[in-house]
Amino acid sequence: MTTTETGILATARTQVLEEGIGLSEAQVLDVLRLPDDALDDLLELAHQVRMRWCGPEVEVEGIISLKTGGCPEDCHFCSQSGLFDSPVRSAWLDVPSLVEAAKQTAKTGATEFCIVAAVRGPDARLMAQVAAGIAAIKDEIDINIACSLGMLTPEQVDELAAMGVHRYNHNLETARSHFTNVVTTHTWEERWETLRLVREAGMEVCCGGILGMGESLEQRAEFSAQLATLTPDEVPLNFLNPRPGTPFGDLEPMAGPDALRTVAAFRLALPRTVLRFAGGREITLGDLGARKGLLGGINAVIVGNYLTTLGRPAESDIDLLGELQMPIKALNETL
Amino acid sequence: MTALVFCDQCGEPSDEGDHPRCAGRRKLEPPRFCPDCARRMVVQVTPIGWTARCSRHGERRSADPLRA
Repeated sequence: MTTTETGILATARTQVLEEGIGLSEAQVLDVLRLPDDALDDLLELAHQVRMRWCGPEVEVEGIISLKTGGCPEDCHFCSQSGLFDSPVRSAWLDVPSLVEAAKQTAKTGATEFCIVAAVRGPDARLMAQVAAGIAAIKDEIDINIACSLGMLTPEQVDELAAMGVHRYNHNLETARSHFTNVVTTHTWEERWETLRLVREAGMEVCCGGILGMGESLEQRAEFSAQLATLTPDEVPLNFLNPRPGTPFGDLEPMAGPDALRTVAAFRLALPRTVLRFAGGREITLGDLGARKGLLGGINAVIVGNYLTTLGRPAESDIDLLGELQMPIKALNETL
Repeated sequence: MTALVFCDQCGEPSDEGDHPRCAGRRKLEPPRFCPDCARRMVVQVTPIGWTARCSRHGERRSADPLRA
């Protein structure tokens, strides 16, 4: 803490660090407007908040695309939409390959494995594939299983809960006021409804989004407040990795300081949430991103590759956690 | 090692232009186009590797055995 700390940082120290009360939308906006020379102090405070309210453990997850490409939705950031001229072709993963991917994930030390499909929502064939895959994984590996399969019906939510899916990911992606600039084939409210159903069914809610999609600082603050209202168990933060052939393919990646400032601001808005570094961090922050994020509010990472792109080698992140003396969250613990 | 006839990132002939953006992208991207015929390949990324299949020229895997 600097001896001259005033303004929003001093407020956050009292309100968030000492009392555990997340910053409001207006307060987050003040954080997002902090100059670069306040960034180190901000990251240090976000780290203290994470350590105070979440502890030193880090949740490590691997992800796999079960069904790639050919999606009927038009999420403008996504190379898997069938509506764009993207080089990504459709692919289905068979159950033995899914089990192998879960084994690869477990070998990295990760305790969470998320099965993802590029769909509006799952049909009967996909639900059957997910059920067979989860059963096969549970036969061979002890790992928490999460799913991300798009929008769900109440029946599908119940089916997934019965399969033993402990957490469901469905990102709101961005602020409600910006959503129609990102997706036009479904609504923000439809996504919210799936999240409501997931929570009602007793599964943990994982909901975040992508930063750097042309949203304003005000909309980033708005998004943090909307997530705080949702109170998700986990918030994955992605940074736009502009994909060739998509409507956002020519956007510039977010600047590193902006990305770190936003991570810290979201930690101050969500002091007790699992805040996960997800896709795009290699593009936005380079090799130093993992260290800076883990010392700036992050307490969960996706290790290894992503759905259609490659990440840092998993061992690089695991080694870093050891160096920072941040233990990997044990299986079945709740942060 | 055989030189690529086509760029595996953009599918254009490798000897036409410098493909600087493709070269930069390759570190964090699996191949998308068959380097032999430029067909789009079916790519599956896994937590530690990738496979890419061309309907004409078969399957390729990430080079590092620990990543496939």
